Amino acid sequence: MNLRDSPEEAAFRDEVRTFFAERLPDELRDHRGGEARYDTGAIRDWSRTLHEAGYAGLTWPIAYGGGGRRPSFQAIYFEEEALAGAPGHIGVIGLGMAGPTLMAFGSDAQQGRHLARILSAEEIWCQGFSEPGAGSDLAAVRTSARQEDDVLVVDGQKVWSSFAHIADFCILLTRSDPDSTRHEGLTYMIVDMRSPGVEVRPLRQITGEAEFNEIFFSGVEVPAENVLGEIGGGWQVAMTTLLHERGTLGFALVARLEVAVRRLIELARDRGATAAQREAIGREWIELQGVKHAAYRSLSALERKGIPGPEGSILKLHWSEANQRLTKLALELLGPDGGLDGGSAPYGGWWQHQQLRSRGNTIEAGTSEVLRSIVAERVLGLPRSR
Amino acid sequence: MDAAFTAEQDELRSQARSYLAGNPSPSWSDLADLGWTGVSVSEEHGGAGLGFLEEGVLIEELGRALVHAPFLSTLALLPALPAELQGEVAAGRESWVLALGPLVPDLDSVSRVAIVGGDGIYELVGFDRELLASSDETRPLGVVSGGEPGPLLASSERLPGLRTRLLAALALEATGVGAHVLELSIGYAKERMQFGRPIGSYQAIAHPLADVYVQLELGRSLAYWAAWCVTTDDPQAALAAAGAKSAAAEAAVFACERAIQTHGGIGFTWEHPLHRYYKRALGIQSWEASSGQLRAEVAQSLLSEGGA
Repeated sequence: MNLRDSPEEAAFRDEVRTFFAERLPDELRDHRGGEARYDTGAIRDWSRTLHEAGYAGLTWPIAYGGGGRRPSFQAIYFEEEALAGAPGHIGVIGLGMAGPTLMAFGSDAQQGRHLARILSAEEIWCQGFSEPGAGSDLAAVRTSARQEDDVLVVDGQKVWSSFAHIADFCILLTRSDPDSTRHEGLTYMIVDMRSPGVEVRPLRQITGEAEFNEIFFSGVEVPAENVLGEIGGGWQVAMTTLLHERGTLGFALVARLEVAVRRLIELARDRGATAAQREAIGREWIELQGVKHAAYRSLSALERKGIPGPEGSILKLHWSEANQRLTKLALELLGPDGGLDGGSAPYGGWWQHQQLRSRGNTIEAGTSEVLRSIVAERVLGLPRSR
Repeated sequence: MDAAFTAEQDELRSQARSYLAGNPSPSWSDLADLGWTGVSVSEEHGGAGLGFLEEGVLIEELGRALVHAPFLSTLALLPALPAELQGEVAAGRESWVLALGPLVPDLDSVSRVAIVGGDGIYELVGFDRELLASSDETRPLGVVSGGEPGPLLASSERLPGLRTRLLAALALEATGVGAHVLELSIGYAKERMQFGRPIGSYQAIAHPLADVYVQLELGRSLAYWAAWCVTTDDPQAALAAAGAKSAAAEAAVFACERAIQTHGGIGFTWEHPLHRYYKRALGIQSWEASSGQLRAEVAQSLLSEGGA
C-alpha cells in the first residue's frame, strides 16, 4: 500500500496541473456544469485542445488513438480537472460509452470511421436506451427495427438522452424481433442523427435547464452495416456500454464532490455555522474521504486483477446521496439567501443550481433502488427479488 | 498509488482467519506463539519487525472473531514502550493498557497498566484493580485505585500520536465486527423462509443490507487509509484516524442493528451471538470519543484557518 503518487503519477499530475493553469480559458474556469456543457463553440474548442494535448481517451489503447495509460492516470486527470473547475470533453458519451463498445464489438470499418473522430470532438454522440416504458427495466424496450433488404427501419421513442440535440450519432438499442420479449431479439446500432425521420425535443428539468431530450424515430432507415454485434444480440452489447458508464464515472464524481466539500468549508468560514452544522460539515468531509479511498481500492483491484473490486459498485450510490445532503446543507448555511437564484443569489446561484441538479443524481445512470438491488444480488449474493 | 495490501499481508490475513475459526479463544501466550504480539517489535527484541498495517490486519481479524484478549489495548501503547518491554510483549509475558480516563478497558486480563502524569507516561505500580459489571463481557471495564507512578515509559509528547493509533486501531476492529455480522445477516436472509420465499429476496430486507455494505466499505476504506497514515507518519494521520473511527464505529453499530432486525426474534435472544457483537460495537463507539464528537473535532480542524 502506498497512497502517494508514484514518481510517474506525480510527474503526470504536475503536467496536467500546468496544462490547466496555462491553457484553460478564463471564461471556462469554475464551470458550473449542467446545460452550459452544451455551449458547443467554446466547449468544442476546449475538447479539441484536450485531444491535441493527449488527454482525450487517456486509457484507450494506443492502437485506437488513445493514451494507453493505466486507470490511475485517468483518476489523476479527473482530480485535476475538477480542481481547476474545467469542463469535461464534450464527447462524454463517445469517450466513456460508445467508444469502448465500438472497441469491443465494432468492425474494423466502424472503428475506423468513428474512434478518431470521437477523440478529436469532431463527432458528438448520444445514447438511446431509456424509453417512456423502459426506464430501470431496460429489457422492456419497444423501439422497433424492421429489416428490409440492407436497412433496418426504426420506429419509436427514446428519452433522457443527454447531448441528443447536438449529437452526430446515437448508440441505439432496439427490438428487431417483434415476437421476442425481454433480453432476446434486441439489436444495438449506430444511428446518424441527421437521418430523415429523427426528431429531437429538449426536456426542461427542475433547474430550468434542458440537459436532456426525447428522440423520436419515424421510419428511420439505418444501414445494416451500422449494427454493432449480432442482430438479436443487442443485450450483451448494451451491458458492455453500461459497464463502461459506471466504470469510468466513479473518479469524476469523487473529484467533483471534493471540490464541493471545499466550497462548503469556504461557505461555512464566510457565513458561519452552528455546532450542529459544523458537525454535519465534519461528516461530509469524512464521507468524502471514505468514498475517495473506496475508489482508490477499486482502482488498485482493477490494476492488479483487471476487474474493478466490488467497492466500485457503491461509488455512485454513495456519491449521489452525499451530494444531495451536502448541497442541501449549503443552502441551509445560506439562510434566507438560499431562496434567491441566479444573479441575485450569493456565488451567482452556484449552490442553488447544484442543489436542484443533485436530485437527478439518484435517478440518472441507474436509480439508487436499482443499484441497491445490484449490490444485494451481485455483491452480497442475496436471492433475486424478481 | 496503490491502495491494496501486499500478498504477504493478504496471506497473514487468511492465516489469522483460518486459525481463529478453529481457535476462537486463544490465550495471550497463544497469540505470542503465533508471532502476533510482536508483529511490530524489532527482530532484535524477538519480534517480526513489521508495522502497523500488519498489526491492523490482525486487529481486524480479532475483531471479526470477537476474541477476548487485550491485543488492541497493548498494541495501542506498544511503540511508546522501551524496547526491552516491547520484547516482553512479543514473548507473551506481558500485556498493557494505557489508562486515559477513570474507566479502563481489559483490566481483567492485562498484566500492566500505564498512566499519564505531568510530562510523562509512567507505569502504575502497587495499585488495586476492581472490575465493574460491563455490557461487553469480552472487554470488561474496571477502575484502578491506589498505586503510584513507577518507571517512566515515554514522554507525554507521544500522547497525540498514541491517540491517533488507538483511533485507527478501533476503526480496524470495528471493520472486522461489522463485516462478520453482515455475513451472519446474509446467511440468515438466504435461508430463512417466510411467505414461501427466502426473506433476502424481499427488498425490504435486501436494500438495508446493501446500505450496511456501503457504510462498512466506507468505514473500511477510511480505516485502511488511517492505518497507512499511521504507518508512514503522514501529516493527515490525526484527521484520518478521527474520521475512520467516527465512520467505522457507526457503521459497525448500524450493521449490528440491521443484523438483529434481519434475524427477527432469534436475533434478540441471549443465546444468539449477535448481542455480543453489538455490545462490542457499542463499546468501540464509546471508547475515547464518539462518532459525533469526532465529527466535531474534524470540523474544528477544517474550519480553523489553514485547515484542509
